[in-house]
Amino acid sequence: MPDRLRRTAAPRLLQSAGFRFAALFTVVFGAAAVTLIAVLWISTAAALDRQMQAAIRADTVALTERWRAGGTPGLIDAIEERIATDLTNESIYLLLDTQGTKLAGNLDSWPTTIEASIAFARTRIMLEGITTDARIMASDLGGLRLLVGRDESERVQLRLVLTEGVVWSLGASLLLAIIGAGLVRRALESRLEPAMRTAAHIAGGDLSRRVPVTGRGDEFDRLAGSMNIMLDRIQALMTGIKGVSDAIAHDLRTPIARARTKLEEAVTTDAGEDALRGAMEQGIADLDQISRIFQALLRIAEAEAGARRAAFAEFDLSAVLRDAEEFYSVAAEVREQRLDADFPDTLPMVGDRDLLLQAVANLLDNAIKFTPDGGVIRLTARARDDDWLEILVADSGPGLPPDDRARAGERFFRADASRNTPGSGLGLSLVRAVATLHGGRVELGDAVPGASPPGLAVRMLLSPDG
Amino acid sequence: MRILLVEDDAEVARFVKKGLQEAGHNVEHAPNGRDGLFLAASEQFDLLVLDRMLPGGVDGVRIVETLRQQGNRTPVLFLSALGAVDERVKGLKAGGDDYLVKPFAFAELLARVEALARRPSVDAPATRLRVADLELDLLSRTVTRGGKKIDVQPREFRLLEHLMRHAGQVVTRTMLLEKVWDYHFDPQTNVIDVHVSRLRQKLDKGFDKPLIHTVRNAGYMIRAEP
Repeated sequence: MPDRLRRTAAPRLLQSAGFRFAALFTVVFGAAAVTLIAVLWISTAAALDRQMQAAIRADTVALTERWRAGGTPGLIDAIEERIATDLTNESIYLLLDTQGTKLAGNLDSWPTTIEASIAFARTRIMLEGITTDARIMASDLGGLRLLVGRDESERVQLRLVLTEGVVWSLGASLLLAIIGAGLVRRALESRLEPAMRTAAHIAGGDLSRRVPVTGRGDEFDRLAGSMNIMLDRIQALMTGIKGVSDAIAHDLRTPIARARTKLEEAVTTDAGEDALRGAMEQGIADLDQISRIFQALLRIAEAEAGARRAAFAEFDLSAVLRDAEEFYSVAAEVREQRLDADFPDTLPMVGDRDLLLQAVANLLDNAIKFTPDGGVIRLTARARDDDWLEILVADSGPGLPPDDRARAGERFFRADASRNTPGSGLGLSLVRAVATLHGGRVELGDAVPGASPPGLAVRMLLSPDG
Repeated sequence: MRILLVEDDAEVARFVKKGLQEAGHNVEHAPNGRDGLFLAASEQFDLLVLDRMLPGGVDGVRIVETLRQQGNRTPVLFLSALGAVDERVKGLKAGGDDYLVKPFAFAELLARVEALARRPSVDAPATRLRVADLELDLLSRTVTRGGKKIDVQPREFRLLEHLMRHAGQVVTRTMLLEKVWDYHFDPQTNVIDVHVSRLRQKLDKGFDKPLIHTVRNAGYMIRAEP
């Protein structure tokens, strides 16, 4: 079995649901990381770019104003002042006259790629002997050509750093996602493992195993709970079947053996035709009795296994009790016994009408059998405050010693005192099975405690909703 | 009466056929469902006795369902080893008229066969049943014998009604339990006998000719002649 288990515990990667969950986890996690980084990128790099353009524009506008107010000399002064005060060496200026001669600025010559008037061109220029990237705005001031720009190399550097950061963090996120996925898969497998192990044991024939419940109350606990309920049910069914086969194996043999002995004796002894016929009739009667026992066993097994629950329907328990009372009152009358009945007009419940009648019939039949002539049998029923439906059959017979009460209800159990009374010993076990089938139980007690004889009281408790 | 028996077990079939023939019936036997369905559909029978589980892919329930679909209303008695209550319900739902669980006594089968074949006709419901000088009025729910009113309890009335509807036929104890008490259970003791003997006492008190007769190993019969 461990071999089989290992094979199921380590399936091929793609078939594993754990792996698929993990892969899904990675994809979602990765997408979240990429989105985050994209937003970050746009809001930093792009914002910086926009900020620079705004600065260039403002600078150009200011210089233009200055030119208008103070003419060309004013403009030259302004440019030179700006260059002098620019500590970061980022600003780029160039002013040419109509002939193309440099009037002011820190740029040696007009970049070849830049036209006379253009906004925000990106170009490479030579600035103090170093080639750098720059952003340029060129404008025409009445024949003068003004170029304002900013050295972009710092920003390019920043963008590089940012890009590097993005790549690293993406990689780290991916790694985290994969590790997380692995953990999810491990967690899934470790939570499913006990269930799979239990299933393997059940499949191997050990029905007593149950899926451990962690008590966390999560989905896995609920799954384990349902599995355990299912397993309890299967075990109950199996026990029922086993009970019947035990009963058939051990207890049906006795009446069969008895019938066989009688028939064999009749055949081997030299008896007359009448004796033979009598023996055969007795044999048929014995066979009929055996098939009745068989039928009773099947009924008990059906009830115990709960197979009859599918046939549950609403009915009135009082109507069934009335029929039972009417049916058995004549039998009690024959023995000059009194059958006192007391139950409400209606007792609605959900259950199996035929089985309940059979149970009450078994109890009344027992009571009539064990109560001496002239005795009293009571059949009462009521809906109790604690929601049970109670059926009570009490007689004035010898009762049952407390030691025997626990065993009464086992199949074929017969108290020593009743050995000479006809009966199969199955009556009470059917009553017990029917009570259990209807969600209840059977209690045995003295009908009149302290009296002699105490009489037997059998109390059936049933759940009204079946 | 012409009866079709569809039963795969040769021993049971032989025994049932012989018994029914001795009782004066004309019996055809088919050993499997296919032949049985063919015979039942192509010829006229008064009653079909069908085993539920049959070889050949067509079981008893299928035969009945097919016949009922074709509008064939011939009464059907199921014989079956499937004794559970829901199996019985399944058989009756399919269109069967009665259900007998194996093993059975032949007397029980014969009584049910005759009861089915001479079912009271639904078209003309009788309001009065009569056997010799015993009269049962279904409307006023009274029983009189020789003009004298006899007091019976409601259940006794139903018991008598069932016996009288099948006057001259054997009615078994299980049939009474099913039809008069409407339960499928094992009463453990001979309580039915006690009920019948109480009814018999009421009917025969003051009259010298008994009407309800016990048929040994079978059940009861109500008839005029002793």
